Amino acid sequence: MPGPDREQDADRPAPGVAHPASGDGRRPRLGLIVNPVAGVGGRVGLKGSDGAAVQRRALWAGAVPQASVRTIRALRRLAGVTGLEVLAAPGAMGADQAAAVGLSATAIAWSGTVPSSCAPGQGLPPTTAADTRAAARELVRAGVDLLLFAGGDGTACDVHDVVGDRVPVLGIPTGVKMHSGVFASSPEAAGEATAAWLADPSPDRLVDADVADIDEVAVREDRIATRLHGRVRVPRDRARVLAAKGGTARRVDAELDAACARTMDDVAPGTLVLVGPGTTAGRALRGLGLPSTLLGVDAVRDGEDVGRDLDERGLLALLDDAPSAVLLLGVVGGQGALLGRGNQQLSPAVLRRLGPGALRVVAGRDKLAALSPGALRVDTGDAELDRRLSGHLPVRVSARETVVMAVAP
Amino acid sequence: MSPSLPRYRSADWDEPVVLELGRPGRRGIYAPQVEDDVAADVDALLPPGVRRTTPPALPELSEFEVQRHYNHLSQMTLGMMGINLFGTCTMKYNPRVNERVVARPELAEVHPQQDPSTLQGILEIVHAFEGILQELSGMDRFVFQPGGGADAAYTHACITRAYHASRGELARRTEVITTIQTHPCSPATAAAAGFDVVTLPLGPDGYPTLESLKAAVSDRTAALMVGNPDDMGVYNPEMKEWVRIVHEAGGLCFYDHANFNGVMSRIRARELGFDACMYMLHKTFAGPKGGGGPAVGAYGCQPELVPFLPRPLVDLHDGVYGLDEGDERSIGRVREYWGNVPVVVKAYSWVRALGAEGIRQAADLSVIANNYMETRLLQIRGVSKSHPHLTQHRLEMTRYSLEQVHADTGIDVHDIQNRMVDFGVDAPWLAHEPWLIPEPITPEAGETWSKEDIDTWIDVLAEVVREAYEDPETVRTAPHNHAIAQVQAGGVDDPERWATTWRAHVRKRASA
Repeated sequence: MPGPDREQDADRPAPGVAHPASGDGRRPRLGLIVNPVAGVGGRVGLKGSDGAAVQRRALWAGAVPQASVRTIRALRRLAGVTGLEVLAAPGAMGADQAAAVGLSATAIAWSGTVPSSCAPGQGLPPTTAADTRAAARELVRAGVDLLLFAGGDGTACDVHDVVGDRVPVLGIPTGVKMHSGVFASSPEAAGEATAAWLADPSPDRLVDADVADIDEVAVREDRIATRLHGRVRVPRDRARVLAAKGGTARRVDAELDAACARTMDDVAPGTLVLVGPGTTAGRALRGLGLPSTLLGVDAVRDGEDVGRDLDERGLLALLDDAPSAVLLLGVVGGQGALLGRGNQQLSPAVLRRLGPGALRVVAGRDKLAALSPGALRVDTGDAELDRRLSGHLPVRVSARETVVMAVAP
Repeated sequence: MSPSLPRYRSADWDEPVVLELGRPGRRGIYAPQVEDDVAADVDALLPPGVRRTTPPALPELSEFEVQRHYNHLSQMTLGMMGINLFGTCTMKYNPRVNERVVARPELAEVHPQQDPSTLQGILEIVHAFEGILQELSGMDRFVFQPGGGADAAYTHACITRAYHASRGELARRTEVITTIQTHPCSPATAAAAGFDVVTLPLGPDGYPTLESLKAAVSDRTAALMVGNPDDMGVYNPEMKEWVRIVHEAGGLCFYDHANFNGVMSRIRARELGFDACMYMLHKTFAGPKGGGGPAVGAYGCQPELVPFLPRPLVDLHDGVYGLDEGDERSIGRVREYWGNVPVVVKAYSWVRALGAEGIRQAADLSVIANNYMETRLLQIRGVSKSHPHLTQHRLEMTRYSLEQVHADTGIDVHDIQNRMVDFGVDAPWLAHEPWLIPEPITPEAGETWSKEDIDTWIDVLAEVVREAYEDPETVRTAPHNHAIAQVQAGGVDDPERWATTWRAHVRKRASA
C-alpha cells in the first residue's frame, strides 16, 4: 500500500534540472479526480456509499462529505513540487479542490454539466461512476504521469476500468470500503507519495496492487462478498523507512516471492497445483516463468503449465486425473476473504474434490495484521462446507514463517 | 505553551565530520623515534605481504581537536540522557558507582586465560550472581556468555537443535512456535538456526487463543519461544496450559523475559513449567545498553538442558571456584571467553544494593508508574489504548494508538516523535513490526523515573497533540530545536545509496 514518502526532498531534482519523466524536459503532470460522494456512508454506519438511495439516507443521518476536505489535505503536500502541472476533473470533481490550495489546474475536456461544490446540508453533487470514468479517460489521453484520485474501492474500480496499468494511480483514502491496495495510509501520505513519484518517476518505483470491491448489499446483510476486480500500478510505499524495523515494499516483495517459492517447493512431485486469483498467488507462477491470470484460476504440475483461466468444469476435469492436488490462494485485504463469491469457479464441488488439507495460503504479514476482525473468512455458498473449512490455517508470510490464522464462515 | 514545559535548545556546531577535519602532518601524539636495533625486530614481526604500501587515509588532528570535536557531537545528541520512557527497552539509570567497581584492578587488569586460582574473586561474583538468577527463575544453571537478548535467544535455538538431535528427533522437529507480540529476535534466531517459524496472532483478549496454539502444535514442534507479558503489557494467564500442551507434544519451552521488570520476584519460569529463560542484564538489571554486543543476555535452563549450554560454567568445589568446560554435547561458544563479565558485576552490584525487598518494590513501582501514566495519557485528545475492553491492569507497559490524531490532523507518530524531542525529552518507542495497532506508541515508565519526570513527559505529548490540532505545520516540520532537522531517510533501503562507512559514502557519492 502506498504511503508517505519521507525522503521526498532528497529525491526531488535540483532546480533547473530537467524533469526526468521524459527526455524533453517537460513539467511533471498530475491528473486529479475526486469522487465527491465517496465516504458519505461511513460515519453513519452504512458500510459504503454506492447508489443514490444510500447517499440520500446518509445525508439524512447527518453525514458530511469527507472527500473534498481530505483531497485538500493531500494536495497541500504538493506545494513544493517544481513546475507541477495539474489536470483536474471539473468543479467538485477536482478543479475546486486544486484551486482551494492555490494550484492552478488545467480543465479537461468535459461534455456534461460541471458538478458544483455544495455547502453542508445542500445535498451532494449529482456525480456518477460514469463521470469518474469519463474524467479518467481524458486524463489518460492528456498523458499524465500519475492519476491521483479520491474515493473508496468503488472509485478505484472505475479508475481501473479505464486506466488499467497504463498510467500509475494512487488513492487518497476517503471511501468507506478500502480493501484495495491502491490507497495511501492518509491524505497527507497520498500527497507526499505523489510528490515523491513526480520527482522521480522511474518504473522500478512502481508495484502491482490489487483493486478489490465488495458487494455492499451483501456486507449490510453481514455476508462477505469481497471480489478481486483488477490490478493497477502504484508508486512503492517507503512509508516505514523511519519505523526502522523494515516493512518496506522492497522487503515485502521479496518475502512474498520467497513465500510462494517455498510453497511450490514443498509440493510433492506430480501434485496438481491450482493457483487462485490475485497478484500474490500469481507470484508463484511468475516465479516459475509462467504467466498468470489475475482474476482466474490457473493450474501447474511439476513446473509445467497445465491449464489457464479454468472454469469449474475445467478444474473438475483436471482433478479427476490428479492423484493429489493443492490449491494456492492469496487473501483479499480488509475482510480477509479467502474463498468468497468472487472466485466462483472454486465451487463447493471443486473444494470437496480437493479435500481437507489442500489449501495453501500466502499473504503479506502486514495484510494479515490489518484484518479486522483478525480472521480469514470463507463463504463458498455451501454452509456445511464453510463449517468444514473453518478452524485454523497456517498462512505463509515468508520462506521460513507461517502465521496461524483463524478461519470463520 | 505551558510555562512548565522544558525550553530546550540543543547546541548546533556546524562543523564537518572528523574525516574532513585537520591538516596534513598534524598529530595528536608524536611517538619517539625507534632505535635501529628495535626497528629491525619490528620489521621482522610484520611479513611484507600484510604491510600497507600506502598509509591509511586517516584524519590528521591534534589531541585537543579530536576531543573538542567529539564533545561537540555529544552536545548535539539528545538520545537516552533525557526523560526516556522508551517501551520494550526498560530504560534505567546505570549507577555511576558501578563504573568504579568494574574499574578495580581485580576485574580491569585480569584476563580469562589466567589460572582460575588467580581469578577467585571475580569467579565468586559470577557464581553468586548465578545463584541470584537461579532464585529469581527457579532454573538450574545460567550462562552469561550471550552478548545480548537476541544472542540468548539464538543460544536457545541452538540448544533446541542440539537437544532434539541428541534424541534422534531433529529431522522431524522443524518448527518453532512463537507469538506475534514476542520480540522479533525469537523468530529471527529460530530461523537462523534452521527452524521454520510458526507465529500465533493475537486473539480477542490481547494474547493468542489456546485454540490457535493447539492448531500450531504437532510432532514437528521443536520449541515454543515466547515473551509474557508482551510488549503491550498484556499478561497471558493461560501460559501454564500452553507449556503443558507444548511439552505433551515433545517441544521445549523458552521464556523470553524481555519484559521482566513488572513481574520481578513475582513470577518464576520454573513454576510456569518452562525449560529455559533469558534475562537482559543491560535493561532489567541496570547494566548499560549498547548496540549488538557489549551487553549480556543471561540464559538459564533446567537440568535436562545443562549439558548443551555454552561453556565454561563457574563451579564451586571445596571452597574453590573453577571452570567447567563440559563435554562434546555443549553447543560450543556463542561469544569469546565468559561473555561481558563487567556487565555481570554491575548487575550483581545493583541486585545487592536493592536486596530482595528492593527488587520487589522496583517491580511494583514500574507497574504503578505505568498505570498512573495510562490514566493521564488517556485524557489526551485522540489517544486510545490497545484492547480497551480489557479490564485488568497492564503491567509495566501499555500500547497506545494515535490513530484518531492522525485521522483528524494528518499528523502521524513519526511527526509526533520529531516534535517531542524539541522539548528535550526522548521520543517514545512506537512498536515492533508489524504494527497491530495503527499509529502506535509504547512508553514505559520504570522505577527510575520520578512522578515529576513522568508528568513532564506526558505534558510534552499533550502539548504536541494540541499543536497537531491547532498548528499541524509546526509538528510536521519538526524538530526545530535541534542541530539536525528532519532526517532524510532516502537510501536506507537502497543498496545503491546506503553507506555505513566513510569509504562507502565517498564511493557512492562519487558515482551518483
